[in-house]
Amino acid sequence: MVRKIIYISIFTFWLQTSLAIAGTTGSEELKDTSSQSATEECFEGFSRAMFELNYDLDRIIFQPVAKGYRALPAPIRKGTGNAINNLRSLLTLSNNILQGEFGRAGNNAARFGINSTAGILGIFDPASKLGFEDQGKEDFGQTIGVWGADSGCYFVLPIIGPTTARDAIGLVGNIFLDPVYHVTHNSEIHNGLVGNDNYSEHSYYYYRGTGAVDFRSKNIESFDSLERNAIDLYASVKSLYIQERNKKIANAQSLVGTQDASDWEEIDTN
Amino acid sequence: MKKNFFIIIFFIFFSFILPNKSHAYSSDPKQFIAEIVAEAKEILVETNSQEFKTKKLTEMALKIVDIKGIGYYTLGSYRKELSDDQKEEYSILFEQYFLKSFTSRLTDYSDPKIDVLGVEVLNPKYTIVKSLLLATNKKPAVKIDWRVYTKNPDKPLIRDIIIEGLSLARTQKEEFASVIESNNGDITKLFITLKEFVKK
Repeated sequence: MVRKIIYISIFTFWLQTSLAIAGTTGSEELKDTSSQSATEECFEGFSRAMFELNYDLDRIIFQPVAKGYRALPAPIRKGTGNAINNLRSLLTLSNNILQGEFGRAGNNAARFGINSTAGILGIFDPASKLGFEDQGKEDFGQTIGVWGADSGCYFVLPIIGPTTARDAIGLVGNIFLDPVYHVTHNSEIHNGLVGNDNYSEHSYYYYRGTGAVDFRSKNIESFDSLERNAIDLYASVKSLYIQERNKKIANAQSLVGTQDASDWEEIDTN
Repeated sequence: MKKNFFIIIFFIFFSFILPNKSHAYSSDPKQFIAEIVAEAKEILVETNSQEFKTKKLTEMALKIVDIKGIGYYTLGSYRKELSDDQKEEYSILFEQYFLKSFTSRLTDYSDPKIDVLGVEVLNPKYTIVKSLLLATNKKPAVKIDWRVYTKNPDKPLIRDIIIEGLSLARTQKEEFASVIESNNGDITKLFITLKEFVKK
């Protein structure tokens, strides 16, 4: 397992450095004429193929499951979403600390404590009513973004979906930082590292899978609308992914705070 | 004589009404957005006819959105490479594309409840109006910000809609750039793609 993580880390580090290489070759010409904030592709052909694969998997598996999930009564869906978010807040808490956001870390710790007890394992969210509002999710990709790492090039992974070199490193980092992973994964016990005999290793994947279904079910119409109105769906998803990550790294509520809007300035029509 | 009198009165009445109708929206950006949200909602709940909704929303969009400005923004620096004829062709195509996309997105909502929350004046040309699409049983609440172009303070126009911090105009711009780049910079391929989108 540790060896696998090291291999992935080396691979993603290579991906991140490939941005600098891309910038000095044939992409210069495109840079001049394309959007100023466009993120370079690592290997677009592969990514488009993976995008197609994910799209087909979504149509065959994820979307029908999400639609079935949505047929459940609203209180059950809300409770499930709350419980997943409560567990997810532990990864956010770790990253709050690494980013030096101690106020947010305190808020998340309080939310976790209140919702896990008074909120019955996170099914309810009494913390929000007590003034501890949800301040958004954090992950290790965002943390290294806050530390100053560039996004690196963009690519699409099978099943996981869109990512960048930085966020791929973040995925590996999340494994080290997510307490839920360490509690549920018992495979490392024999190596004397982490784990817990009381939980199946699969628990972690059920938790992540349920979170994905919950997210997908909340966005069925949005995805359909995006698909219907796109002239290049791959490019639309890439743009939305990069915007979302930039917004999250800046902890901004909207684009106004995260993007240079100067390209609007030269457009005068009235 | 009496009939002529009524005809004259009728024309005088509409000569006042019609110009006002074309400037019916408030010049205050927050009020402007509140009014168009209310108008869109009225259109969406009025009937189930998609054709009627599309027609009304198209008429509304032509009055409240700076489609030409968004079109140029969306094309980015490629617009500098266009001849005058191509600019003309692009403007027509973009308007058709935009209206189809705009009405398609809006008709997804049957009875949207949007609260207009506040404004952020960026500079004399731009104001961001903040609003919230309220949650339903199926969907969570969604923050919607409107980039309002206020260069002419009497006639504000929408230039972008920012949903949960994600700009539709920027997404469109990067999509257009992708189509052009994947065709070795040939902008006419974008025109073909837009024509296909409008036809489908």
